[in-house]
Amino acid sequence: MTVAAILLLGAFHGLNPAMGWLFAVARGLQERSRGRLLASLPAIAAGHLASVALVAVVVAVTGSLVTGRALAIGGGVLLVGFGLWRLMSDRHFRWAGMRLMLPQLAGWSFLMSSAHGAGLMLLPVFSGMHEHGHAMSGGLAAAGLHTLAMFAAAAVTAVLVYELAGLTILRRAWFNVDRMWAAALVAAGVITLAQAVL
Amino acid sequence: MALWTPDPTFYPSPRDAAAGPPEKLAYVAAFDRKAERPDAIAVLDTDPASATYGELVGWTDLPNTGDELHHFGWNACSSALCPSAPHPHTERRYLVVPGLRSSRIHIFDTKDRISPELVKVIEADELAVKAGYSRPHTVHCGPDGLYVSALGGVNGEEGPGGIAVLDHRTFEVRRRWESERGPQYLAYDFWWHLNHDVLITSEWGTPSMIEDGLVGELLLGRKYGHRLHVWDLPKGRHLQEIDLGDQYQMPLELRPAHDPTRQYGFVGVVTSVEDLSASVWLWFREGEQFAVRKVITIPAEPADAADLPPLLQPFGAVPPLVTDIDLSVDDQRLYVSCWGTGELKQYDVADPFNPVEIGSLRIGGITGRTPHPARPGQELRGGPQMVEVSRDGKRVYLTNSLYGAWDDQFYPEGVGSWLAKVDTDAFAFDERLFVTDFRGLRPHQVKLQGGDASSDSYCFP
Repeated sequence: MTVAAILLLGAFHGLNPAMGWLFAVARGLQERSRGRLLASLPAIAAGHLASVALVAVVVAVTGSLVTGRALAIGGGVLLVGFGLWRLMSDRHFRWAGMRLMLPQLAGWSFLMSSAHGAGLMLLPVFSGMHEHGHAMSGGLAAAGLHTLAMFAAAAVTAVLVYELAGLTILRRAWFNVDRMWAAALVAAGVITLAQAVL
Repeated sequence: MALWTPDPTFYPSPRDAAAGPPEKLAYVAAFDRKAERPDAIAVLDTDPASATYGELVGWTDLPNTGDELHHFGWNACSSALCPSAPHPHTERRYLVVPGLRSSRIHIFDTKDRISPELVKVIEADELAVKAGYSRPHTVHCGPDGLYVSALGGVNGEEGPGGIAVLDHRTFEVRRRWESERGPQYLAYDFWWHLNHDVLITSEWGTPSMIEDGLVGELLLGRKYGHRLHVWDLPKGRHLQEIDLGDQYQMPLELRPAHDPTRQYGFVGVVTSVEDLSASVWLWFREGEQFAVRKVITIPAEPADAADLPPLLQPFGAVPPLVTDIDLSVDDQRLYVSCWGTGELKQYDVADPFNPVEIGSLRIGGITGRTPHPARPGQELRGGPQMVEVSRDGKRVYLTNSLYGAWDDQFYPEGVGSWLAKVDTDAFAFDERLFVTDFRGLRPHQVKLQGGDASSDSYCFP
């Protein structure tokens, strides 16, 4: 159940054009090079992994200082707050440049994932691991698994769009998932809180 | 409000844009030279199947007088799909309309209505305090906000002119764009090569050099702009100055290739003080730097001094005065307005280094006064000035006014007002579309509903 959720969330992030595969396609098209597309994907995944793993580490370190219940309540409040902020605010991500070296691309992906709250969604999972006593190792493994799913979904999408579908598909298929995502963050936070308190 | 799927007028590539549906409406900025009544946004029906085709079907007055509308742009465009900071679910909905003389910037809502509705005015003060500029001109929708160029400084300073960044959602002035200006002082137009993080600017003059008319001594003294500037787009840093030579006065409109993998573009130069010729230059990447080359020269046409306005009598010739150019979305055709001689030229620019003239139409002109075929008996003043090309490249819209004070110098008997349309396949005027009644106002820039050749930038080839 937990593993399925981790993988599904990863795939969801991987499919979202704003989270990286579109940038990889743009870089490939710019030089008419599939190699450049493929080389971009690991950098994007690395940035995503860093963003998610950072949350796992913070949870593990915090968890060693406070009780499991406090951790769950704190995490739940954070999730609800961040989700609400995402719901209310429609300020979009700012990053002007297009010509990025691979480390910069990883940095872009880290910021984009963090602004999106990618790792926060896994807070309930990370808190749960703390209860089982392997917060750090389990959390990092979950982050890795999540990123693997994200990477796979992004890679398949990027290559399919680059080789077959073409970008015209964006005009119909780029659904606005931001509000759904924000609502899901709030819901995850509420469930975490409910489980901790009840 | 955000949309669930991308705004249908956003296109990933120029090819997608060219395949989009034809425009049904055109928005036209019109101004009152006397500043006695408000300037306006007029709305033209451009749907050939409509009963009111070729008529002004909408009209919105500005709240004040004396703005002198000139250029304007959209709040969002195809650059919203760019992957570095995507915001595809924003709507292309608001027109951002600067007053070149008043320094006010007006925001008009165009959604679900014919006549736009004013929703916000950014006062000159806000632009001055937050960006340090006055006389706003060109508007482009960038990946991270709205960029607005401005010709003048503030607190009585003539300059430098530059670019202000506006929030594309709240329309608040965010900041002055430049972080390191280098030698740049004069400003006018700007556009960019988005995927290469490069921005290019051109030069006209400071407010005192233009607002009371073209100053002959300054022109002959080669004091108007004659340079291009290359900038680092994300950082706002000046990278390179390109001097065309000071005889080439006033490089104005910048038209970069729409194909985001290419790094070249065209700029029109109004006149050479050596022989009154006009020219079009190509800028292109050469190693780490950009280079320029003159690719089109249009000579002055000899004329009887008696037929010329006082300003031109000493020269005995009509200068072509290339005041606007426009590049089709597929980068295959360049249209060049010769406002002095009253000619629209069409070039094949498939090889941008070697443009081939493939069409020419005469209308108006200082001595020609050529009528429109729809009204063969009516002499026309003014010439083709602002030129806008439809996304699919099949239609070109022309208006005849350049800038209030300059109109009066080159066309002292009155510049009149007209808007014409050219079908590009036949390269002939559309006799069903010729507007001459702008309620006494002079028409300037035309923007097409859903975007046009001078409105959108693309991040995918």
